Amino acid sequence: MSRPYRSITRRSILAGAGGAAITAIAAPAILRAQAKSVKVGIIHPVTGGVSYSGTQSRAGALMAVEDINGKGGIKSLGGAQIEALLSDAQSKVDVAVSEIEKYNEAGVSAIVGGYASFLCLATTQAAAKHDIPYVVDVGTDDRIIAAGLTNTFRFSPGYGVFVKTAVPALKDINAAAGSPAKTAVIVHEDSAFGTGTAGLLSKELPGIGIEVLDVIKHPTPTLDFNNIVLTIKAKNPDIIIPANYYNEYVILARTMLQQKLRPKAIYSVLGGGASQYKFVKEFPEAAQFIMDCNHWFNPKNPAALDLKKRIEAKDLFYTYEVFLNYNAVMLLAEALERAASTDRAKITAALASSTWSGHFMPYGPTKFENGQNTGARGVNLQVQDNDIKVILPTEFANAKAVFPMPT
Amino acid sequence: MLEFQILLPAILNGLATGAVYALVALGLTLIYGVLHIVNFAHGSLLMLALYGVYFLYTLLGIDPYLALPIVVPAMFALGYALQRAVIATASHGREENILLVTLGLSIIIDNFALYLWSADTRTINPSYAFSTVDFGGAFIAVPKVVSFVGALVVTGLLWLLIQRTDLGKAIRALARERQGAQLVGIDVDHIYAMSFGIGIACVGAAACLLLPSYYAHPGVGENFVVIAFTVVVLGGMGSFAGALVGGFVIGLTESLGGLFLGENLGKIGVFVIFIAILLFRPTGLFGQRA
Repeated sequence: MSRPYRSITRRSILAGAGGAAITAIAAPAILRAQAKSVKVGIIHPVTGGVSYSGTQSRAGALMAVEDINGKGGIKSLGGAQIEALLSDAQSKVDVAVSEIEKYNEAGVSAIVGGYASFLCLATTQAAAKHDIPYVVDVGTDDRIIAAGLTNTFRFSPGYGVFVKTAVPALKDINAAAGSPAKTAVIVHEDSAFGTGTAGLLSKELPGIGIEVLDVIKHPTPTLDFNNIVLTIKAKNPDIIIPANYYNEYVILARTMLQQKLRPKAIYSVLGGGASQYKFVKEFPEAAQFIMDCNHWFNPKNPAALDLKKRIEAKDLFYTYEVFLNYNAVMLLAEALERAASTDRAKITAALASSTWSGHFMPYGPTKFENGQNTGARGVNLQVQDNDIKVILPTEFANAKAVFPMPT
Repeated sequence: MLEFQILLPAILNGLATGAVYALVALGLTLIYGVLHIVNFAHGSLLMLALYGVYFLYTLLGIDPYLALPIVVPAMFALGYALQRAVIATASHGREENILLVTLGLSIIIDNFALYLWSADTRTINPSYAFSTVDFGGAFIAVPKVVSFVGALVVTGLLWLLIQRTDLGKAIRALARERQGAQLVGIDVDHIYAMSFGIGIACVGAAACLLLPSYYAHPGVGENFVVIAFTVVVLGGMGSFAGALVGGFVIGLTESLGGLFLGENLGKIGVFVIFIAILLFRPTGLFGQRA
């Protein structure tokens, strides 16, 4: 018997609601569809292991799109609006790559995002196949740039630069206190970012007189750090160096406090939690005096503080994911303005010759060499009294280092 | 490496984690033992309960442990309603349908949580979160000690309920012999839903005990569901004592595995046990032959 109309039953409503929720998550959502527009793919891991950072990243990118469109779009293209095609990489490489293929079919002019290094490595290569210009937002693994892809541009520094900043800075901080720190243990997550950072650090630290007692790795996610903290406790290092993502960083720091492990310093290079207002607000006790070498805005630039206010007004935390993505989209918009075209090759050329200084990072005007913004740098931060302060370099600093940690 | 100062806390932490695993597995094993439902939505319901506890704390200021009398009945009601309105109705009494219904439920619940609450990790910071108890030099976090004791108490109460009450008698009768139970006047649909409800109430209790040392996230159920299945298979499908012993064994294996093999390989022991049990003792430690 055929039924011309489906009767509405509880079951069909449930099936419909479930179906709708899933489609909304799986399909790239088109935010602004207008006659004249530039399609830009914005891809982040909004679900899965690094979803917190992915969500933050997306918020930053969307804020920039909103600002650009609100101020009349891309003027050289007759006020064309940016049409953001949002994708969720689900923290999975295969998903991320297939999203890039979808972007190609949708005819995007450029892509911004990636966030995690292991995702950026795959997505930049997938985009290179179709010559889509790609602005990497965070992805600190230097192999992203070393691959020599002409479509790939990274506005922010890679971990090579961070290690080169962080190690001498640690030497200075240690020397200023009479060099009390002589040993360290590195704790890192086991994907591209953590392993790469840990590898570089264990090579560099002996050069400044700090012996690396152990290098401990763990997967993302890791739910319990008791064993790791107990192992560290047995080694009794002066400094603990975590290189992992937010959730793990927080659990590690909390567990250290519980197990009464108080080293002279907790010093991160790209620590997932150390430079997060969320961590500082939720666990002030565990966060106090933690040091980090990380991405940060120039605290003396009013535009940076203005965005901070607007982000916080949306009930979000102002994290490096937010402001790096904001700037990455702005960088692309400036290139689009000069390219005056939606053609991928012209946008790539415009990005390559970019000398943009409208950002609020402590970088200077952009200058790309083999896809890397050579002026990009990290700064040293410390959590002091429920705030995140810049302690080095001195020209941007708004506080002095507290080292060793008072017990 | 094998210092007592490291080993003792690792063992105590493993036991504390194991008690919570046991509590989650208890609900799973009850549901399986009585209804023969392999409940894939178990982890998702735990996640919902964790959010419940989280919002009770952040919005109303109710301590997670004091939330027990709210969350447990609420989860019971949810479980009861789910069984009567969704699972029983949609499965038409066929086991392969039930499997798909619970799997579908878990996908819907997880994505709905993602839609409502985003992928943000939510933690609470009650005053005792960082306090520890000193067991001969081993510092164990207060929430872990509470969850250990709490899990044992809940297990004991559940055992009393099943052994000493009319409801328990009816549940046991139904698990043994459905038709016979029906013949002596037991309302089968009601008792099925009660069993499902009690199983989900266990998850509610686990959530209250977990949150002070853990977090809420839409994907958090996945972390538990595989472990809970392993515990149930290890202890024997449908066995309470099995779930308790299985929980401790898995908790210890995970903790000591992490200590000796590193966090990357630590979980390997759990799955080695899982496969070995399936190979050599498919009925589990305390399971009865079908």
